[in-house]
Amino acid sequence: MLKLTDVVAHYGPIQVLKSVNLEVRAGEIVCLLGGNASGKSTTMKTILGVVRPTAGRVEFEDQRIDRLPTETIVRRGISLVPEARRIFARMTVWENLAMGAFTRQKAPAGELAADVERVYALFPRLAERQHQLGGTLSGGEQQMLAIGRALMARPRLLLMDEPSMGLAPVLVDQVFDIIQSINRLGTTILVVEQNAAVALSIASRGYVLQNGRIVVHDAARALLAADHIRRAYLGED
Amino acid sequence: MAGVLAILPQQIVFGLALGTVYGLVALGYTMVYGVLFMINFAHGEIFMIGAYVGWWVLALLLKAQVGALHPAWVVPLMLLHAMLFAGLLGVGLERFAYRPLYLRGATRLGPLISAIGASIFLQNAVMLSQGARMKVYMTSLLFPRTWRIQIAGASVSLLVIVMIVVAGLMMWGLHLLVQRTKLGRSIRAVAEDREMATIMGVNVRRVIAVTFFLGSALGGAGGVLVGLYYTQIDFFMGYSAGLKAFTAAVLGGIGNIRGAMLGGLILGLVESLAVTFMNPAYKDVVAFVILIVVLVFRPMGLLGENVAEREKV
Amino acid sequence: MATAGWQRRMAWVLGAVAVVGPLAAPNDYWIGVMARICLYATLALGLNIVVGFAGLLDLGYVAFFGIGSYLYAFLASTHFGLHLPFLLAVPIVVVLTAFSGILIGAPTLRLRGDYLAIVTLGFGEITYLLLINLDRPVNITGGPSGIIGIDPPAVAGFALSRNTQYYYLFLAALALTLLASGRLRRSRIGWAWQAIREDELAARAMGINTTVAKLQAFAIGASFAGIGGSFLASWQRSVFPENFLFTESINILAMVILGGMGNLLGVVMGATLLVSLPEVFRDLQRYRLLVFGLMLMVLMVFRPEGLLTLQGRHDEEAEPGA
Repeated sequence: MLKLTDVVAHYGPIQVLKSVNLEVRAGEIVCLLGGNASGKSTTMKTILGVVRPTAGRVEFEDQRIDRLPTETIVRRGISLVPEARRIFARMTVWENLAMGAFTRQKAPAGELAADVERVYALFPRLAERQHQLGGTLSGGEQQMLAIGRALMARPRLLLMDEPSMGLAPVLVDQVFDIIQSINRLGTTILVVEQNAAVALSIASRGYVLQNGRIVVHDAARALLAADHIRRAYLGED
Repeated sequence: MAGVLAILPQQIVFGLALGTVYGLVALGYTMVYGVLFMINFAHGEIFMIGAYVGWWVLALLLKAQVGALHPAWVVPLMLLHAMLFAGLLGVGLERFAYRPLYLRGATRLGPLISAIGASIFLQNAVMLSQGARMKVYMTSLLFPRTWRIQIAGASVSLLVIVMIVVAGLMMWGLHLLVQRTKLGRSIRAVAEDREMATIMGVNVRRVIAVTFFLGSALGGAGGVLVGLYYTQIDFFMGYSAGLKAFTAAVLGGIGNIRGAMLGGLILGLVESLAVTFMNPAYKDVVAFVILIVVLVFRPMGLLGENVAEREKV
Repeated sequence: MATAGWQRRMAWVLGAVAVVGPLAAPNDYWIGVMARICLYATLALGLNIVVGFAGLLDLGYVAFFGIGSYLYAFLASTHFGLHLPFLLAVPIVVVLTAFSGILIGAPTLRLRGDYLAIVTLGFGEITYLLLINLDRPVNITGGPSGIIGIDPPAVAGFALSRNTQYYYLFLAALALTLLASGRLRRSRIGWAWQAIREDELAARAMGINTTVAKLQAFAIGASFAGIGGSFLASWQRSVFPENFLFTESINILAMVILGGMGNLLGVVMGATLLVSLPEVFRDLQRYRLLVFGLMLMVLMVFRPEGLLTLQGRHDEEAEPGA
């Protein structure tokens, strides 16, 4: 479904991605692990065309997308739940969800309303607060809103950047349950996580990114079992 | 003192009229600041050019001798042309003088200096093409002096009412556009978090261009209204009007659309009262003193700076 | 801050040309133009301290020029009947103008870039409005008709009268301010200014007292305008509010930007170009400001660092997400 081949990307003069190769197959949950500044978020932004790759190719459903503007990429079916949520604090919950459906110009109003209801069904808390400003929500609610907002684009591939960051452990489990149920409903997911144990427990495969390169790639279970991965990313000695 | 009190209601109505127009022009500063974090220094010139376009429409109508000119259709015609021309001019400025800078990620001074250049350029282009002498709006042909209404002891000309209504309607329309429509949401999204708006699939460049169009069109409309009111326009009128409208925007909290309207009203009232109670020569000083005092003691404006509290990353 | 070798050689050549310049001038008028170049270069160097060195965009610099000119007019003219000798009046004016720089600079200390620009512009406008209106109730500034009958500079009983004499006086002042600018840039204050320009928060974190450093920039920048103002007043023998309009601030700013903010040779070149070009193209005088505005835009779009760049200068930093 998604394939990155030798992707190189710069942020200003700094080469952040040196050579990234990864593949996500339809229906999978794939986990991308890596330490701070390893290039995880940049990989996500490069897939969406927010950061332009300086070399290599990004393919989505067998078509090159690395030269397309972000709006076209979103329209083709990829959306992102960004790091630190980044909801629109001065817009209401409902308006945030409407922003998520921004590229669906031709969708009839009824269809959008139905999608909003679907998000509310997934996150009942959001329905209660639909007229509240995004900035007044708690961290957990903001994360739900960020996920709901991304779903509003009806993505076939959902990119998630550190969905557990800053959340209480109870909420982390909840968020990952939801990720799994979203996946079961047919959305493919690429998730970047620091919390490797939880992420790998729901993923089928995992990649490890280090200094802008993919250094390890294996089945999630194998990664969970591998000693050096446990040491590096699961905080065990 | 009794004399002063007698003209007070009159001055308040003038202040309101002036204030709504300041508010209208202030919206252009505030909207552009909202999406680009830059002071569009040339906005005053766009306002001035709007006044010229309105003048030309009126002059051509007079020349064509189309018969009786009734304000009910002439004023909308003037406004429409002025807004369209001003709006397109704003988009052109954005495209050639500002976009290359913001795409490069230039710091704040570059765009501001470019805007100052644009302001000087437009001023002189108008002076060279239209002449340095002032042009006279034939307002009395549209609004005969006898068209007056008594409100709360003040005799108010119909023109003043028209100004307040037109400016008020436009501000209300903009408010609805920004708060209720998809386009408005995309403008607010770009103002709040440009990268996130991109990720939602918003074409940020287009939104910025549209914002310039809207703000400039409102500025152009303000130019027509001011032209009708003061009846004399010249190529330099945009400078002080622009500064005052900017003051209004800052007063209300730059980037904040409701604030711009409030700031405009306050400034208009203060100014027209200042003329009543003190030496009119210092009328302009009042605006600048307000600007400085607000920026120094309450830099986020009365309603709070809506957009720029976020420091540059 | 190493200046490229060719720039230093060029500075020497220019200096030599400047000294023998009047001999080659076709007539007295052109010597007057050269004197004006020196005067404006001095002003531009003053603004360069605020804008180029400390990175504070001052759009009301002409206020200091005006204050300097009028102060000199107060001290040495028939207006108040005071006739202080030139060598006493100028230092007083310079000190007072520097003080006015602190007064105007102080309220702007906490403001960010473009707000600072607008507030300084506001101060410039207020200064102009005061100059033009303070003839009533008490006549201080002479109002729109300005002050006339200002004393020419006289040193030891020898009064300057010819343009050539003024030219060498202004050239000497320019040399002095150039020297001062160069030394300031390499001094502790200079480094503080540069740190503030690049990143004010970081500068504060490094222990730089940004308040003091900014006020120093305003005061020193204004003092140059005090010199320029006294010279203008004594040369014109009169001052008018119209000499100190906003366009004059922009004119001086353009000199600083054209040459490359912070670059001394560039600033002098900017002043030379902007004073002499309108003289060369006198027929096109009407188009002067048009071209000027276009130039500012084109410069910012294509060459924001000016014609001469200062080495090791990072003017534009990428804004993530822009």
